[in-house]
Amino acid sequence: MPLDQSLVGTTYPPTSPYEVGREKIREFADAIGDPSPAFREPEAARKLGYPDVIAPPTFPIVLTLDASMVVLEQLGVQLREVLHREQRFEYARPVTAGDQLTCVVAVESIKSLAGNDILTTRTDVLAGEERVVAVWSTLVVRGEA
Amino acid sequence: MLETGAVLPERAFRITRADLVRYAGASGDFNPIHWSDRVAAEAGLPGVIGHGMLTMALAARAVTEWTGDPGALVAYTVKFTKPVEVPDDEQGAELAVSGVVKKVEGGVAQVDLTVSAAGERVLTAARAQVRAG
Repeated sequence: MPLDQSLVGTTYPPTSPYEVGREKIREFADAIGDPSPAFREPEAARKLGYPDVIAPPTFPIVLTLDASMVVLEQLGVQLREVLHREQRFEYARPVTAGDQLTCVVAVESIKSLAGNDILTTRTDVLAGEERVVAVWSTLVVRGEA
Repeated sequence: MLETGAVLPERAFRITRADLVRYAGASGDFNPIHWSDRVAAEAGLPGVIGHGMLTMALAARAVTEWTGDPGALVAYTVKFTKPVEVPDDEQGAELAVSGVVKKVEGGVAQVDLTVSAAGERVLTAARAQVRAG
């Protein structure tokens, strides 16, 4: 069954704040095998001009995947039916330990392609009023065979 | 270093099932197609596939370990063209990442990336924009 197009243009209320912790950043950096000291040692991050440990570039997905589950739930889609098709990040600055981040998710488009649905969400990751990262995720929702 | 035509030398990254479990835990992406052969087969896949976001993270590593500042990305985009099959053995899958600086404009270098596994491109239109100094 095709996805409900009426959700296009919907913007969801901000998520509750997520506090970025140094140990969560370290855990994520370990999981992608990135040894950079800027992800682990405040002093190393300061040498590069950052106020505290920074997160790897793809770290915001930790927040945005969770924040966008509301869209999948509303569309009646399970994660296992989904393949990732495209991903984009636009950074004002790196996510930094101590940030209190909220996400505002919007449904940017829902298209049909060869029996599958293609869903694009845009999530603004905010620290108060400041937009830290804008994140676009495009997912393929497999049609029923 | 970030001048037009500069080449990011090829880097190899190995991805095993254990890496997928670890990435699932750290990222919160517990989609079972990344850990269950049964669910992957039901989804029409040949077997468990790696998280696209893990591939994207490793390609970013190649860029930032080359440029030196992991916080210097301005934008980063990829298309996931082909899944990375990760067999349940010690070798897993191997990613090859290379790149070239396509242009430098307004202090931002555009690095176009080539990312492949088993000889086939798994990402296309993979592009990192990096503050050039």
